[in-house]
Amino acid sequence: MPQTIDEIPPTPINTVDSKTVKTGGWRAFRPVCHYEKCIRCWTCWKFCPDVSISLGEEGPIYDYDHCKGCGICANECPVKCIEMVPENK
Amino acid sequence: MAKLTIPEDELMSPGHMGCLGCGATLAMRYVLKAAGRRTILSIPACCWAVMPGVWPNTCLQVPELYTPFETTGASISGIRAALDATGQNDVNVIGFAGDGGTADIGIQALSGTADRNDDVLYIMYDNEAYMNTGIQRSGSTPIGAWTTTTPVGTTGSWEKSPKKNMVAIMAAHRIPYVATASVAYPEDLIRKVQKALTIKGTKFMHIFAPCPTGWKMDPGLSIKIAKEALSCRAFNLFEIEGGSYKINMKPKKTSLKEYLFKQGRFKHMPEDLINELETDLDRAYDELLRLESLSLERAKVPDA
Ligand SMILES: Cc1ncc(C[n+]2csc(CCOP(=O)(O)OP(=O)(O)O)c2C)c(N)n1
Ligand code: SF4
Ligand code: SF4
Ligand SMILES: [Mg+2]
Repeated sequence: MPQTIDEIPPTPINTVDSKTVKTGGWRAFRPVCHYEKCIRCWTCWKFCPDVSISLGEEGPIYDYDHCKGCGICANECPVKCIEMVPENK
Repeated sequence: MAKLTIPEDELMSPGHMGCLGCGATLAMRYVLKAAGRRTILSIPACCWAVMPGVWPNTCLQVPELYTPFETTGASISGIRAALDATGQNDVNVIGFAGDGGTADIGIQALSGTADRNDDVLYIMYDNEAYMNTGIQRSGSTPIGAWTTTTPVGTTGSWEKSPKKNMVAIMAAHRIPYVATASVAYPEDLIRKVQKALTIKGTKFMHIFAPCPTGWKMDPGLSIKIAKEALSCRAFNLFEIEGGSYKINMKPKKTSLKEYLFKQGRFKHMPEDLINELETDLDRAYDELLRLESLSLERAKVPDA
C-alpha cells in the first residue's frame, strides 16, 4: 500500500487523439454524394456520429478513414443525393 | 451556402469506438459543441467509458475523469469543490452518464449533488438499457422491450415495469433547471446545454439517444426513430426552469405501433399491450400540457 501521495503510481492519462485510429474498416456501405443534386444544407454534416464529413465547395467531403457507413447522412439528406454503395462494388 | 445551425467547432474526434449510428455519440458531439473547451467531464462505466478509445487514445478534446459507476454525482461535486478551492470560476463541470448509471446505480450520489445544489450540469444519455455490458434492462427501459434480462422466447418475459421518470425525480429536488433533449434536434439540445451552463446550481438534462445495437434496428435510422419517438409521445421535449414547465415541441401525433415495430426489441408486442402503452403515454403528455398551462397561469399572477 502506498503511504504518501508520492508513492501512488501516476494515473494513466490518454493523450493521443483518436483520429489516429482508422475506423473506416468497419464500413460495409460507402456514402457517395452526387454533387449535382446537393444543395449544401449540411444536414449530413450535422448528424454524422463519426465526424466524418467536412464542408466542401460542391458538398460533403467524406473522410473514408473514419466513416463507419451507418447511413444516417443518406437517410437524412432532404434531396436524397447521397447513395450508399456496397464496399465490394 | 446555407448557414450552419450548430457551432462548427468539433471537440469530439473521429476514430472513437461507438457503434454505427450511435445516438450517444451524437449527444456528446453536441454537448461539447455547446459547452466549449473550458469544460471538465466526468464519465462513469457506460458505453461512453469505452468510446473515447483504448489507452493512449481519446476522442475527447477536453479533460475527462473516468469515475466508478455509482459516483458521477459525487465526482462532479468534488471537481467543482476543487475548482472553487483553487479559484477557477470559468470552468464548466459536466457529468455524462448512461440511464443505468443514472436512474439506477448513480441515483443516490446524484440526489446528494442536487440536494446540495452544487454548481454542475448532470447529463443522462438515455439508450433505455445497460448497453455497454450487452443490453440488460435498466429502470429506464420502456414497457414491452426485449433485453437479455427481459427475454421474450416462449415465456414473454419482456419488460413489465414502466420507464422510470427521471425528470420528475430531479424536478422534485427543486433544482433550478431540468430539461429533456433529443439527438434528432441538435439546435434545441445545444440551446439547452448553453442555457443550463449560465445557471448557478445543479442542472439536469435527459437526452434521448437511440442505440441501433440494443434496439435491433438499422443504424441509419437513429435520427428518424428519435423524431418518431417525439411525435408518438414516447419521449417529450420540455424544460422546467425555476419550477415552470415549457413544452418545446408539440408535433402532430403519429402511430406508436409504427415507432415500435421499426425496432426489433418491440416486434413481439401484442396489440393490447401497445394500446395500453399508448394510453399511458397520452396521459403523460396530457399531464405535461396541464403543468405547462398551470405554469403560464402562475406567471400571470403577481407575487402577493
Ligand atoms: C459497480 C459496477 N457494477 C457493474 C458494472 C458493469 N457495468 C459497466 S457499464 C454497465 C452498463 C451501463 O449502462 P448505462 O449506464 O445505461 O450506460 P450504457 O452502457 O447504456 O451507455 C455495467 C452494468 C460496473 N462497471 N461497476
Ligand atoms: S455513413 Fe454515417 S459515419 Fe459515414 S459519413 Fe454518413 S453519417 Fe457519417
Ligand atoms: S451499444 Fe449502443 S449506445 Fe453503446 S456504443 Fe453501441 S450504439 Fe452506442
Ligand atoms: Mg444505457
